[in-house]
Amino acid sequence: MKVDDYKKIVDEYTPKENVLKNAIISFVAGGMLGVFSEFLLRVYCLWLDLPRKESGVLVILSLIVLASILTALGVFDVLVNKFKCGLIIPITGFAHSMTSSALEYKNEGLISGIGSNIFKLAGNVILYGVVSVYIFGVVRLLIFGG
Amino acid sequence: MTYVYAFVFCGFLCFIAQLILDNTKLTPAHITSLFVVIGAFLDVFGIYDKIVLYAGAGALIPITSFGHLLVHGAMDMAGELGVIGLSYGIFNLTSAGISVAIIMAFLLALFFKPKH
Repeated sequence: MKVDDYKKIVDEYTPKENVLKNAIISFVAGGMLGVFSEFLLRVYCLWLDLPRKESGVLVILSLIVLASILTALGVFDVLVNKFKCGLIIPITGFAHSMTSSALEYKNEGLISGIGSNIFKLAGNVILYGVVSVYIFGVVRLLIFGG
Repeated sequence: MTYVYAFVFCGFLCFIAQLILDNTKLTPAHITSLFVVIGAFLDVFGIYDKIVLYAGAGALIPITSFGHLLVHGAMDMAGELGVIGLSYGIFNLTSAGISVAIIMAFLLALFFKPKH
């Protein structure tokens, strides 16, 4: 059998995901999460008498804690399958990647398991964040002077 | 009105990410890295601050805000100390998020078993 024929057969039997439907699902899920966190921010502002900036940090922390616990319970993977990128792009995805890689390599021990693998997925967010800060920061200092 | 902007902005980012994920061979790791760089880039010209003003928490939640906060902390310290301040202040604003994520991941990994 030729390679092309094989490819055709594979394409025929691969389930086609509805691209637009997935995108709309993530739009709505991400949007709802945004609305929920704005609501949470206002609740923190009112109840804890915090300024907006500090309660913004608190909202991020709450989402991280929530996502980590849901990941450990195994619920988060089910939710990601349903809501796709709506949960990966918000900070919940960051917390999920850390907790899931820590859990996954738990069997290999505390140091070579959890220790060396905890940043396996989240590391590239931090790495490229820092690299881009140095590039953009130096450019901004040179051009705008701070 | 902030709720509407929060919905639209946060949803829009997820929409774009899902389109990239479905139409290219990039993994979620590629996309989150890309979005962090975009967030940092938008903050260089102060655009992201304006988005935060309108969309509130809807702009703080996506991973783009991570890049934005990194640049923000770095530039604040750079204003005081010059180029050296860039390294001093880089994690000033994001340290809370990273620390909590690390401690939660560690504690949960100790007490829970992986589920497949």
